[in-house]
Amino acid sequence: MSIDLTTIWAFIIAFGIFAYVVMDGFDLGIGILFPAFQPGEGRNRAMNSIAPFWDGNETWLVLGGGGLFAAFPLAYAIILPATYPLIIAMLLGLVFRGVAFEYRWRDEAHRPFWDMAFMGGSLLAALSQGMVLGALLQGITVEGRAYAGSWFDWLTPYTLLTGLGTVAGYALLGACWLVWRLEDDLQEKARRLALRAGLATAGLMGAVSLYNLALRPEYAERWLTAPEVYWAAPVPILTAIVAIFLWRSLKGKAESAPFWLSLGLFFLGMLGLGVTIWPNVVPPDVTIWDAAAPYRSQVFMLVGVAITMPLIIGYTAWAYWVFRGKVGKDGYH
Amino acid sequence: MIESVDALILARIQFAFTISFHFIFPAFSIGVASYLAVLEGLWLKTGKPVYLDLFKYWLKIFAIAFAMGVVSGIVMSYQFGTNWSVFSDVAGPVIGPLMAYEVLTAFFLEAGFLGVMLFGMDKVGRKLHFFATLMVAAGTFVSAFWILSVNSWMQTPTGFELAANGQYLPGPSWWAIIFNPSFLYRLVHTVTAAYLTTAFVVGAVGAFHLLKDRTSQHARTMFSMAMWMAALVAPVQIFVGDMHGLNTMEHQPQKVMAMEGHYDSHPDGAPFYVFGIPNDEEQRLDWALGIPKLSSLILKHDLNAPLAGLDTIPDDEQPPVFIVFWAFRIMVAIGVAMLGIGVWSLLARMRGKLYDWSWLHRAALVMGPSGFVAVIAGWATTEVGRQPYVIYGLLRTADAASPLAAPAIAASLLAFVVVYFAVFSVGTWYLLRLMSAAPKAHETGVKRGDKGPIRTAGITPGPTQNPGQSQVLPADEGDAR
Ligand code: HDD
Ligand code: HEM
Ligand code: HEM
Repeated sequence: MSIDLTTIWAFIIAFGIFAYVVMDGFDLGIGILFPAFQPGEGRNRAMNSIAPFWDGNETWLVLGGGGLFAAFPLAYAIILPATYPLIIAMLLGLVFRGVAFEYRWRDEAHRPFWDMAFMGGSLLAALSQGMVLGALLQGITVEGRAYAGSWFDWLTPYTLLTGLGTVAGYALLGACWLVWRLEDDLQEKARRLALRAGLATAGLMGAVSLYNLALRPEYAERWLTAPEVYWAAPVPILTAIVAIFLWRSLKGKAESAPFWLSLGLFFLGMLGLGVTIWPNVVPPDVTIWDAAAPYRSQVFMLVGVAITMPLIIGYTAWAYWVFRGKVGKDGYH
Repeated sequence: MIESVDALILARIQFAFTISFHFIFPAFSIGVASYLAVLEGLWLKTGKPVYLDLFKYWLKIFAIAFAMGVVSGIVMSYQFGTNWSVFSDVAGPVIGPLMAYEVLTAFFLEAGFLGVMLFGMDKVGRKLHFFATLMVAAGTFVSAFWILSVNSWMQTPTGFELAANGQYLPGPSWWAIIFNPSFLYRLVHTVTAAYLTTAFVVGAVGAFHLLKDRTSQHARTMFSMAMWMAALVAPVQIFVGDMHGLNTMEHQPQKVMAMEGHYDSHPDGAPFYVFGIPNDEEQRLDWALGIPKLSSLILKHDLNAPLAGLDTIPDDEQPPVFIVFWAFRIMVAIGVAMLGIGVWSLLARMRGKLYDWSWLHRAALVMGPSGFVAVIAGWATTEVGRQPYVIYGLLRTADAASPLAAPAIAASLLAFVVVYFAVFSVGTWYLLRLMSAAPKAHETGVKRGDKGPIRTAGITPGPTQNPGQSQVLPADEGDAR
């Protein structure tokens, strides 16, 4: 075979995960920042700014999970048991925050409770996702075709760090979205929050990157020795440049620029991740080729992706276009 | 594989619990999505405001049910990996792609158009809005298509090849996998079930408001629409159920033996047991009360046809009979009761008394939740009847589980039970509250503001001027009492 379908599938899954992380990232981020807004108008508008999108955003998580199941079943079968408590925590967090979108409008008396559920659920989901990422990066013990580690392998200082980094990053995305969608003093408030979340993100991203070098010898080799470093080095350099632009846009009067720049930051983070683990899907030993679904499954799904993905992107973009602009008192103007 | 039986039992309970909870919502949202499309279509066609009011009334209810369906569904897509990782590994190449198609063709469609459907009536114009509603309804159906294909493949696996490492690989034709022998029966039966479930909910809400106010045009329209569904679709469902059973007898005979409570073979005509307490230990039906030869008549269309019983099946290949036997009876009893309501409503309609017979309204009210009971009972029949296999005849449930220890599963099960009961009971309470509010003219849809109602007296448009434009209608919180 001249084209390697497994590699194509690895890129498709990576695209799905990236789409999920940035799209649900900003709406989880708004949940994380929720307590910073006053009950009443501030919170209502923040919530209204994502109400038409959150379900679509979360669907990318189903694509990430479902896609992994379909394209790399072995990876799915190893990672989920290995990070079992984190996955359950994430799912329960998503339950709380998902229903809060509807419930808080139905019940004025308990609105503070559902606001807390929205915040807590978002935070728990973000933290768990970041920790799953950390648990994956630090390596998973596998015997035969199954997870063979112990109960708490997923709980280490490193995974806590990746968890917090994800929380900060999502908060940054959320704040930048609000800068774009809110007006007046609420917008100023979002700007201040974005600056703080940006600092935290930069710090934690840096810390995780340095920790990576110490985590596994092959990671250090990839990032520090020639010739691989020539491939890898542009990533941190570009990241630093984007971070500076982001900072300046937040200090100024920019509207949507901070959001796009923070997306760029996440994109580079994802690229860095790819550089680190490639070609494994479950470090240290399971490569994408070990875990891949057979040729027939790959082809069948590729046809589906090729036909549906442009449509999905099309109507998703349309839905975003319908609800463009600033959020006023009654939802989108 | 799993070390202890406890972990296996816990994993099964957890799966059964989460899927049963999840299915309650699709059973309703598949039906309501189509009902909404019908209402909006009727409104566009006739211009009658009552349809728009009902559309907005049910839209609020749909929004909550859909949110609950989504969050419980996301849990499901991870349950395969967390609880059945061996199954995921070996069957992933076959069923994974079908589930990926579900995400690509159904979930994105629903989610992509949901925002416009809920909040976009003023933004995109009527035609496009109706299109969005249709897409959401289509999405729920396509979702049922794929997931039921997966489930049916697990019941009647075809079109695969077994690999040396134990994986099930797709054969040359995906058609043989997707359209496996039980799929179309299950698809029709389940989607029809969702329509019936919704019809009985709508009927109960209509009946409830008719009992309070017989003149309400909104309540009349709902009730009449629901009763047409009951009268026309209930018999179809019974017919389809019968076909489904015959198909099952061909492909999964021991499931039908368990449904019928036939421990013993009957060489000349088998009875249909109306009552009995299945006793797996002794392999007999205690307290059996049967109608002679009826089972042979139903299953073979011949009073004296011989029927084999579970005595022809080794004990370790038998499903637990009690659950299958009773779940099946509950479903069938509800199906017959639904037919009864349908016939009764036809009678009332012929006499011109559809909105006057309050006993009919009371009965319809009581039957409101019956669809949910029937669908869960139906799934219990299907799934427990497949035991001890996950992939019928090939992979045993006991060999499919994740390498997790019992305490981990117990803890997560407890968390699911506590969270689901708390969150979904509250949601159900909100649904009931919305349903108990009488539908009225100028219904508000899912509008939201910051500060309660912005009702501006005098400039609310009359029902015929611009009923689609709702900027000046009260904000939603206004009617959350
Ligand atoms: C016959 C129909 C049916 C059945 C048997 C199932 N579902 Fe379901 N599911 C739906 C019909 C449906 C739906 C009607 O399409 C839902 C209900 C509410 C909704 O939002 O979409 C849905 C939602 C839904 C979602 C959320 C989608 C989103 O983000 O919009 C997921 C991930 C799943 N389901 C996954 C599953 C899995 C893994 C199942 C099996 C174990 C399953 N469903 C059984
Ligand atoms: C939505 C409707 C469904 C309901 C209500 C349902 C219900 C159940 C129940 C009650 C069990 C437990 C059986 C037992 O322990 O004896 C079970 C098992 C199982 N079901 Fe379903 N099911 C549904 C749909 C599906 C679908 C669509 C799939 C596959 C894609 C599926 C896959 C499984 C698996 C893998 C098990 C194994 C666990 C076990 O056998 O205990 N189910 N289900
Ligand atoms: C008297 C009428 C009915 C008959 C004879 C009947 C028959 C059946 C049979 C034989 C099965 C099991 C098929 C298998 O596992 O292979 C089944 C499953 C099921 N039934 Fe029914 N049924 C009836 C009424 C209903 C009603 C009224 C509902 C709901 C409103 C319903 C909902 C379901 C569901 C959701 C399933 C599981 C999915 C499936 O396998 O199709 N049934 N039914």
